[in-house]
Amino acid sequence: MTTQKLSELAKTIRSKNAGVNKITFDVIFRDRENYERVKRSGALTRESMARLYRIPAERISDFVEYDPGYAIKFTIYRLRPSGCAGDGDIFGAQQYAPLLDLEVAA
Amino acid sequence: MKTLKIICPNGHLGFAPLREESFRIGVDAGPDYIAADSGSDDVGPVPLGSDTSTSPEGWQRHDLEQMLLASRKLGVPMIIGSAGDTGANSRVDLYVRIISELAKKHKLAKFRLGYFYSEVDKEFLRDKIRAGDPVLGLDGYAELTESELDATERVVAMAGVHPFVELLRQGADVIIGGRSSDAAVFAAPAVHHGFSDDYAYYLRKVLECASFCAEPYGGKETVMGEISHEDVKVTAMHPPQRCTVASVAGHAMYERSNPFEEFFAGGKLDMTNCRYEQFSERTTRITGSKFIPAERMRVKLEGSGKVGERFVGICGIRDPYTIANVDRVIEWARTQVRERFGDTGYELHYNVFGRDGVMGDLEPLRDQPGHELCIMVQGVAPNVEMAEELTMIGLRQMFYARLPDVKGTAGSVSFPLDEVLHASAAYRWTLNHTVAVDDGLELFPTHMIDIGV
Repeated sequence: MTTQKLSELAKTIRSKNAGVNKITFDVIFRDRENYERVKRSGALTRESMARLYRIPAERISDFVEYDPGYAIKFTIYRLRPSGCAGDGDIFGAQQYAPLLDLEVAA
Repeated sequence: MKTLKIICPNGHLGFAPLREESFRIGVDAGPDYIAADSGSDDVGPVPLGSDTSTSPEGWQRHDLEQMLLASRKLGVPMIIGSAGDTGANSRVDLYVRIISELAKKHKLAKFRLGYFYSEVDKEFLRDKIRAGDPVLGLDGYAELTESELDATERVVAMAGVHPFVELLRQGADVIIGGRSSDAAVFAAPAVHHGFSDDYAYYLRKVLECASFCAEPYGGKETVMGEISHEDVKVTAMHPPQRCTVASVAGHAMYERSNPFEEFFAGGKLDMTNCRYEQFSERTTRITGSKFIPAERMRVKLEGSGKVGERFVGICGIRDPYTIANVDRVIEWARTQVRERFGDTGYELHYNVFGRDGVMGDLEPLRDQPGHELCIMVQGVAPNVEMAEELTMIGLRQMFYARLPDVKGTAGSVSFPLDEVLHASAAYRWTLNHTVAVDDGLELFPTHMIDIGV
């Protein structure tokens, strides 16, 4: 079975604060075909994201397939609000990297 | 009025300067309003707690000057929300002063400057708690307690359209707002001119972050939103950029956990049935958004409390054996700190860059550190002297860590600087809550003055 990395299929893969206590992740596709393919593949689900980031599924507050934007997005709770001493990413902007190499079945 | 055009040159005024070329194109397109929000809770709790801006005053002044001169030249209102990153009272006063100085500098003809404050008296919230009208937590925050309120330095409330509409009604030419929803900055003119809430609130959706709703990616470029009684249209002003169905629909979910709905003081915007069409090459048209008023108005509150004074130190590691045992090195240093200061009454943090310094507990590759590491040590304590000594022990004892098989016995870490640096005090977000109000103006006193000659 051939697989491709998510970074080859998606136009945008990003993370950013959604309020002070959550980080939201957006995976956006240029066209319906790639969007539907990733949806079908089961590679990007609430459960697979909990595994990838090694967190309990309850820490994922939302998981949404957003058809108008050809996008899949999910949101996780931070352990402590942004900007507490020790927070390495106050804006939450560099948390998406593990998604880039996510393997997606054809 | 059949249509209303607003340009937004900057998604967070002051954080980085606006781009002048696309702003000029936007001004030449003849907007009815020039508006921008100047705040964000993205910058963390330090600016609100310490009553400062994270943006340099020079950049704030630059953008305010560009916008003010364009607004006065065209004779159209200028609206700024969330003055100075936090929208605290001192930031509103700062922007009002800058506007007055700019008016003097350019000898601008007389105009009306409206402004409002957003800080909330802690006693107002205490009364609410005691009266049994709870201050409810958002996103996992518990209901506000008096002890958490006591730990809070400063609280701002997030204004909806109400104080902006009130100041427009009084004839303001320039508005400087305290903390505001970015929705309010752009929706207020549309509400003021009688456009439906369904589209007024969507108009701001596409304008709030300026060119973030356009492609190719590039921030701080001007975009123009146009509202009619039937739709909203958004156009990129920067020549290489376009607003496409994908870029605009994609932006609807930016920084939100749910792309289908969004809450404001007074109601929520339902985007479930939004339709997006490519109207022309650089313009996307949006229809089908719906505003649903709330039964009782709740206003969002942001509060920041001081944790302590803070120092920071930096060291590096190159020896692969030491890298593999970095947690033991850190534990050695922590132990020395405990011997001096005990187990509690301070915070000591180690960010190990090259391993998991960016992602912390979310890092899947924690067991694959790089060939060199950078470690940032942060000590937080009730006073400056203790914070400095705490951080110095936590940093310098990394050098003396005792690893059994290490070959290099002359020092476990490298020091780019052999000192600890006095950083901003540490703060934390204490309030991320909502409070019920009877009226959208209740927490936002408005003022009007004449400026210019």
